[in-house]
Amino acid sequence: MKNFFLACALTPLFTLSAQQSPVLQDYKPVTTDRLKNPEPENWLMIRRTWDGQGYSPLDKITPANVTRLQPAWVFSTGVSSGHESAPLVNDGVMFVSTPGNQVLAIDAKTGLLLWRYRRPLPDDVVLMHPTSRGVALYGDNVYFCSGDATLIAINAKTGKEVWATKTAANKQGYYMSLAPQVADGKILIGTSGGEWGIRGFVAAFDPETGKELWRTYTVPAPGEVGSESWPKGDQWKTGGGSIWVTGNYDPDTNLAYWGVGNGGPWMGDQRPGDNHYTSSTIAIDAETGQIKGHYQYHPNDSWDWDEVSPPILVDYNRNGKTVKGLIDVARDGYLWFLERTDGQINFVEGKPYVKQNVFKSLDPKTGRPEVDPEHKPGTGKTVSFCPSLWGGKNWPPVAFSPKTRLLYIPANENFCSTSSGRETEYEAGQVYMGAQTVFTTVPGADHFGEVQAWNVDTGKRVWTHNYTDSPNWGPMLATAGGLVFSGGTNDRKFHAFDAATGKLLWEFPTNSGILGQPTSFMIDGKQYIAVESGWGVDSRSLQANLNRIFPGKYPEIPEGGAIWVFELK
Amino acid sequence: MNSCNCRRRDILKAGLALGFATPLLAQDASKPKEGDFLVKTTDTTATPLTPADIKTGSRQIMAWAMDPADKTIRKGSRLNRILLIRLDAAKLTPETKSRAADGVVAYSAICTHAGCEVTEWVPEKQLLFCPCHESTFDPADAAKVIDGPAVKMLPALPLGLADGKLIVLKPFTAPIVFETQ
Repeated sequence: MKNFFLACALTPLFTLSAQQSPVLQDYKPVTTDRLKNPEPENWLMIRRTWDGQGYSPLDKITPANVTRLQPAWVFSTGVSSGHESAPLVNDGVMFVSTPGNQVLAIDAKTGLLLWRYRRPLPDDVVLMHPTSRGVALYGDNVYFCSGDATLIAINAKTGKEVWATKTAANKQGYYMSLAPQVADGKILIGTSGGEWGIRGFVAAFDPETGKELWRTYTVPAPGEVGSESWPKGDQWKTGGGSIWVTGNYDPDTNLAYWGVGNGGPWMGDQRPGDNHYTSSTIAIDAETGQIKGHYQYHPNDSWDWDEVSPPILVDYNRNGKTVKGLIDVARDGYLWFLERTDGQINFVEGKPYVKQNVFKSLDPKTGRPEVDPEHKPGTGKTVSFCPSLWGGKNWPPVAFSPKTRLLYIPANENFCSTSSGRETEYEAGQVYMGAQTVFTTVPGADHFGEVQAWNVDTGKRVWTHNYTDSPNWGPMLATAGGLVFSGGTNDRKFHAFDAATGKLLWEFPTNSGILGQPTSFMIDGKQYIAVESGWGVDSRSLQANLNRIFPGKYPEIPEGGAIWVFELK
Repeated sequence: MNSCNCRRRDILKAGLALGFATPLLAQDASKPKEGDFLVKTTDTTATPLTPADIKTGSRQIMAWAMDPADKTIRKGSRLNRILLIRLDAAKLTPETKSRAADGVVAYSAICTHAGCEVTEWVPEKQLLFCPCHESTFDPADAAKVIDGPAVKMLPALPLGLADGKLIVLKPFTAPIVFETQ
């Protein structure tokens, strides 16, 4: 009873203190104009800008002073699993999501908790990747995709739920791990679940009410454009095409560019045809949801190469002309230079950025690959292929610096897979893959992870940093100060590279391995770098696989999440 | 003696008694319990399985537990999904042998790592394989982890025989949980 009274006495005090926090009291609503032209000191969406460049215009931290970078504060998230979110900052308030369906609001300068939102998940949830890749800000709300395929609006000032909209049936394998996207005044989301026989979609919701405004499936129904690329029958209902990374957006054309996952079940020979829009990028009219254009990186996927990372929007030079460009670093091991228009997406150039033994060549006009059947898994057929099913690059986003004109890629080299398929029957709520895949490495490989830098105007690689004994799972951040930041390695370190030369200038070992998307913000004239640390999900799986191949050399990485913020001291 | 959350089943029974339309095969989310039969997840006739239905050394089959009296199938929760596999009885460890019926062993089908269904089988090594993240488990030795990101073994469901049919002897040996954070 005494504790009860104590709790009653303390509760209003904490609430009051949260309400009175000046950073929340003066909370500045996020408008379309602010998203289009964010203040240099703020980071208002996961890649900071709609073009997906992951670039901060802040330049206080430079190659000359980065060795003075030290922790300003660290915050334990209280949960484990892979921490893949981007700490957003709006005028001194940080919003960051974590595994365990949690969103935190933190005073970005002091590291003090402002509020904590948690949404418990059912014990029997389908959630193959228990992570969150971030939140979105719009108006006075924070938008969050709950693991059980529910879109949530949270009041940014109070942390209270404003509305919750169930977007699909989790029991049938639909789940969510991505950050929502704000585009055309709407909240856009996609869905995971390609391994459970879902039918992928992008959908838009009213930011005030949570009402669904449109829904566009990534697998067309019979009679719809693209349906001719699927077999006759009901396979389109379970065709996969999941979307688990947030798209990018061109406000000039109102087109949102989203990447689409592989088809399901995994073996392409069980769904003859190109299978639009799997393993593609789609250009969606944000007003109506209509697909105005698409580019399929490889038809009829059999390798689990989800192409969910959207292309970044960057204009580049080719043959003396400026191309309004899209650049995608695909899981299939190719770097794709494309052209965006007010609709269709045009092929410009494609080239491998890691060892790739599946494409014999690309059609010079369309970029369509000629696939080597010796390296295409099938039903009752076991083959090896490189890169591995995790791809030359998995989901971690690239960054681009308009200053250096370099594209920074977190790549994995010397990884391959051996895969075999079998007939499989769809059963709602059970994995629908029909594949067994075993991870392998190239014999004699001298390194695995890489940070690559490519000049977008010449299409050539400028520098590469190799991680000898680690894969690279690190999302990239580029800054105007001439630095590139990224974690991603199994030594738990956060790294800073000279953006121009690739020289490793600074490292810091955190509590766990870093899968988070680094961001940068400024308060009172001081630049900070923020990142989540917390190893898990597929990075743990790959580590376990490496340890199987090299017993004892790749032990488990300490897990448990924290948010780190660094400053010059 | 076994307690369960039978409310949903009771409601279905009540509905039946009152003449409401009810599904042909009732279902609930209560956990498998002593005396339950096992039926294939894809079997619409709900025929209890016998060891002869399961080929030795072949890929696991997926099953639900079924109340032997009222034929309620305990498929209301995906956590109740069971995998059955038949192995050479001579190769089972004593612990696993004590839970086997005529070489048939049963485990939770839910991978202890990320909760995927463990649907795959590596015949040359006689190991269970999760297609999502490549965890492998040894069904002859309590489904202990051999490789991969999973840390915990798959909970076992001790089996017996009654009139030639496979029955559940005891509840799962551990709670069915996987890593959600």
